[in-house]
Amino acid sequence: MKMDVLDLPAVELAEKIRAGEVTAMEALQAVLDSIDEKEEIYHCYITVDRDGAMRKAEAVQKKIESGQLCGRLAGVPAAVKDNICTRGILTTCASRMLGNFIPPYSAEAVLRMEKAGMVIIGKTNMDEFAMGSTTETSAYGETKNPWDIGRVPGGSSGGSAAAVAAKECFAALGSDTGGSIRQPAAFCGVVGIKPTYGTVSRHGLVAYGSSLDQIGPIGKDVTDCAALLEVIASYDKKDSTSIKRDDTDFMDALSEDVKGMKIGIPIDYFGDGLDDGVKDAVLKAAEALKEKGAIVEGFYLSLVEYAIPAYYTIASAEASSNLERFDGIKYGYRTPECGGLHDMYKKTRSEGFGPEVKRRIMLGSFVLSSGYYDAYYLKALKVKALIKKAFDDAFARYDVILGPTAPAAAPVLGASLSDPVRMYLGDIYTVAVNLAGLPAISLPCGRDVEGMPVGLQMIGDCFQEKKIIRAAYAYEKARGPFAAPGLLTSAADGKN
Amino acid sequence: MANIVDDEMIEYVGILAKLELSGKEKEQAKADMGKMLDYIDKLQELDTSGVEAMSHVFGVKNVFREDVVTNGDRREDILKNAPEEKNGMFMVPRTFL
Repeated sequence: MKMDVLDLPAVELAEKIRAGEVTAMEALQAVLDSIDEKEEIYHCYITVDRDGAMRKAEAVQKKIESGQLCGRLAGVPAAVKDNICTRGILTTCASRMLGNFIPPYSAEAVLRMEKAGMVIIGKTNMDEFAMGSTTETSAYGETKNPWDIGRVPGGSSGGSAAAVAAKECFAALGSDTGGSIRQPAAFCGVVGIKPTYGTVSRHGLVAYGSSLDQIGPIGKDVTDCAALLEVIASYDKKDSTSIKRDDTDFMDALSEDVKGMKIGIPIDYFGDGLDDGVKDAVLKAAEALKEKGAIVEGFYLSLVEYAIPAYYTIASAEASSNLERFDGIKYGYRTPECGGLHDMYKKTRSEGFGPEVKRRIMLGSFVLSSGYYDAYYLKALKVKALIKKAFDDAFARYDVILGPTAPAAAPVLGASLSDPVRMYLGDIYTVAVNLAGLPAISLPCGRDVEGMPVGLQMIGDCFQEKKIIRAAYAYEKARGPFAAPGLLTSAADGKN
Repeated sequence: MANIVDDEMIEYVGILAKLELSGKEKEQAKADMGKMLDYIDKLQELDTSGVEAMSHVFGVKNVFREDVVTNGDRREDILKNAPEEKNGMFMVPRTFL
């Protein structure tokens, strides 16, 4: 019975819990057993809170039985990326710098999940401070892709995406600054949504690029992601960029009706550097939507190649400012030996941060420094305005923009970090969405020649999550069930 | 045009970023930053005259609230994460040498 439970999507599991067919404790136990079996191989988690989760599952079960909790995800065990604060549970950001940090409060998104009766299992692995595209910059070891343990799960929310794919949780929170939910979802064959900026409170999310960061759901299918997004979307006074919305009933958008929906495919997304397998799978998905009555056509989005340089300038600048708070005084790591206050700052930060984080802090400090501010930072903000304008023009004509999530499927472990610029190029289809504050979804649309999952990205105009959810749901139904990876259950299996 | 990041510039950035790099890290940082600046220079190809810099996509203005305390006294909770504390306060190393 246990294995059956693990195969269920989150929304169906919650239905069974409400119907009394499964208890929240049984669902959690199935996940904990799955973690025991596979975690040694995949390493999706940094922290698993077994006892705390079981206590919560028991409390939730009682409330479900007494009718106090009846939400669509009540009783569902879920994971949270380790840059999202959880009261009383270690939150490391996959950095040595926060290796001992136990938050005295929970992020608003986590509070919303708990209020909805979801059971937090633990904290997932990620690139250090969410800076990376492979989860290899984690200070706590790399996560393996459940489809092929010789490959990366993507990043930075690689642990969350891999945990969903490996059935080590039913759904998870990720965060997306430049593609960190969508790209790992694509690489692991699961679904992820980056919401419109301001839709989910950033309170309690350890800041990287504040103008770009959004928390979002990663799940087995579009329905699960819509349900989880509905749970976590909220206006929050504690986040001054939070936006009041009254259209966050995202599950209402789960309809297959795409008749007359206008879908634009940026022709400039299909140039050099795009893998043939990815291209074919994405165009086939577009064809499937056309058959369901959508109007699909190609157009030139323009400025595509300027998104990455603008993004890395802005994200690094904000990171250099945000990460100044790690000074060895209030929380986190402090160097054991130092001469005085300033020496302590420098040593603490040099020892606490890994290479990719230092690289971005330095670039950010440089582009913000006097003499270079106008040429780099201000220039990037102007290019951001141009990119936003290009999207505005596109959304005047189309409901949804469709394309690949990443130019290729998951690379092999160890292949990306040696050349940062090359790694950044993998973000070409995702970063512009963050610059323009738009919502986007990634869902699996096939496999490449090596059998690795390919991600389809659909981008909507600001506040138009419902359109991309509808298009994604319609495509998902047309596609049919997406095969799960053949999971290993012992390290020895991996060597065969 | 290739950007040459020299010792002086890396030294300066290190001060701004409050990072102390080893000799080897410095050489690596010089090469990496040069490469990244070459890449970012691509932005200079675009004519942005007359374009206003965009910091917030929705043009949200400052959000103000009354200065009223809403949380309770959490001093002990907060200090639990301090690397060093003394008498209910954060402890720092000597500030003057």
